[in-house]
Amino acid sequence: MGSSGTFELRRGRRKKLGAVMAGLFFVATVFGLLVLVALLVDVAIQAAPWLDVSFLSQMPSRMPERAGIWPAIVGSLWLMGLTGLMAVPLGVASALYLEEYAPEGWLLQIIQINIANLAGVPSVIYGILGLAIFVRFVALGSSVIAGAMTLSLLILPIIIISTQEALRGIPSGIRGAAFALGATRSQVIWSHVLPAAAPGIMTGVILSLSRAIGETAPLIMVGAAGMVVAPNSVLDPFTVLPIQIFNWTARPQDEFQGLAAAAIVVLMILLFTMNLSAILLRNYFEGRRAGGG
Amino acid sequence: MTDNSQTPDSRVDTDQSVPDATNGTADQPRRAAKVSNDADATTGEEVRPKLRIGDLNFWYGDTHALKGITMDIAPNEVTALIGPSGCGKSTLLRCMNRMNELIQGTTMDGQVMLDGQDIYEKEADPVMVRRRVGMVFQKPNPFPKTIYKNVAWGAKINGYTGDVEALVERSLRQAALWDEVKDRLHTPAYDLSGGQQQRLCIARTLAVEPDVVLMDEPASALDPIATSKVEETITELKKDYTIVIVTHNMQQASRISDRTAFLYMGRLIEMNRTDQLFTRPQKDRTEAYVTGRFG
Repeated sequence: MGSSGTFELRRGRRKKLGAVMAGLFFVATVFGLLVLVALLVDVAIQAAPWLDVSFLSQMPSRMPERAGIWPAIVGSLWLMGLTGLMAVPLGVASALYLEEYAPEGWLLQIIQINIANLAGVPSVIYGILGLAIFVRFVALGSSVIAGAMTLSLLILPIIIISTQEALRGIPSGIRGAAFALGATRSQVIWSHVLPAAAPGIMTGVILSLSRAIGETAPLIMVGAAGMVVAPNSVLDPFTVLPIQIFNWTARPQDEFQGLAAAAIVVLMILLFTMNLSAILLRNYFEGRRAGGG
Repeated sequence: MTDNSQTPDSRVDTDQSVPDATNGTADQPRRAAKVSNDADATTGEEVRPKLRIGDLNFWYGDTHALKGITMDIAPNEVTALIGPSGCGKSTLLRCMNRMNELIQGTTMDGQVMLDGQDIYEKEADPVMVRRRVGMVFQKPNPFPKTIYKNVAWGAKINGYTGDVEALVERSLRQAALWDEVKDRLHTPAYDLSGGQQQRLCIARTLAVEPDVVLMDEPASALDPIATSKVEETITELKKDYTIVIVTHNMQQASRISDRTAFLYMGRLIEMNRTDQLFTRPQKDRTEAYVTGRFG
């Protein structure tokens, strides 16, 4: 109308460009998936001859045909349980304080930046810290609890950050409505903020525990051994699946490579089960929210 | 300046709500207000303001959002706050139940007296203030719970000992929602339409039995039919409650309110009985706004 320019619509070119982009994104996705599938298939093929009940239920051994991963499975479960018990309440409580209570200001900013930095610190550094503090200073020795404390430190920043994200994602109207009814801050948090944030918090917990179950370096630092019996108490020495895998792959014999592959499959199944149950739990929470439980 | 609010015989002072209208032009509306007060006060006693706001200033950081607001809110009336966007009407509303202090970096001075008690004095508990001065928000914001729990929660946390089911029914009836939801009280509130959700939010507010209900543009997110339902509800409610409503919609203000306050740039320009303010505004700026010449 009023303008002096013309519109060169070039519909064909724009459509073609769009199609090329869509194709590129698809290839990127397929590439990642293919590599993952190839890895899994390779591991599964190597592992197949070794995977049986006795492999799961026996002790590690110098003789490949008698070697098993029972202590490592139990150790990993102990470690995950303890780490979750310590890191989740601590992380969620910290996030609640930072988001709902802490006064804004430079101090909060500094804390915030540091938490983000801590999430990126290499895990071996946490191992050194765990060795110095929990193993030596607190004198817990190379025990499950020392390992769990170390891993808790490692995943704490991830839990805090993801919980904060979840808290920020809650529609602010819900908080306002609750306050306007004469609720105290803790009533608002328990009745509305935490239930609404639960699915987001669960996602963070899943991600961080998945990271923790695959950690090797910090546990080697705190002294998780390769050849021990399954722990019976929090003060017992322990080993975990990644360390068992690491030890076996370090050996030259082919049989041990097969054993390592079998242990990897077990670790993957454990991880998958853990994630699946967490996702189911999360969906349950989400359903309760929508359904208004 | 709030000292004289306690004197029972402060008839001359009852309408301090027009701070800028100092000369003779203010006399007429004052007389009108007095006449209606006398009509209300059948027992012969002076009607005391439910809320009395004295020289209220409010800042968001360095932004001076409210500048020396002084006004009285009469009991069992609907008071409308009107004015262009950013004039401070929502801020003023939120000062009346201490919701503003949930925002960090804000400061205020002045008084807000509820039944003669300063809600900002040291001993006053904001939690208790908000129970007595409820609030309905612009966007319907039911909790992600069932209809029943939305209404019952406020009573529960405030330690209500009576029959909660009866309270839920009464509140939903007061909000003119009962007939629409009585068969599905235990279904999610999110399944309701926008207008129903807003009436649910009104019911939720009423369930804690407040004295005053603040409403921040309660119908602005609703269609005309839902709006008229909410307006009917508001008109019903003033029998039992004192209502302060912020609205952008001048027709709405003239339909439902008894008094209207016009705010501009953080100042109270004029406050009067609604019919007076719309038909015979005392200030040029008010006239320009209510006739649609600016805003």
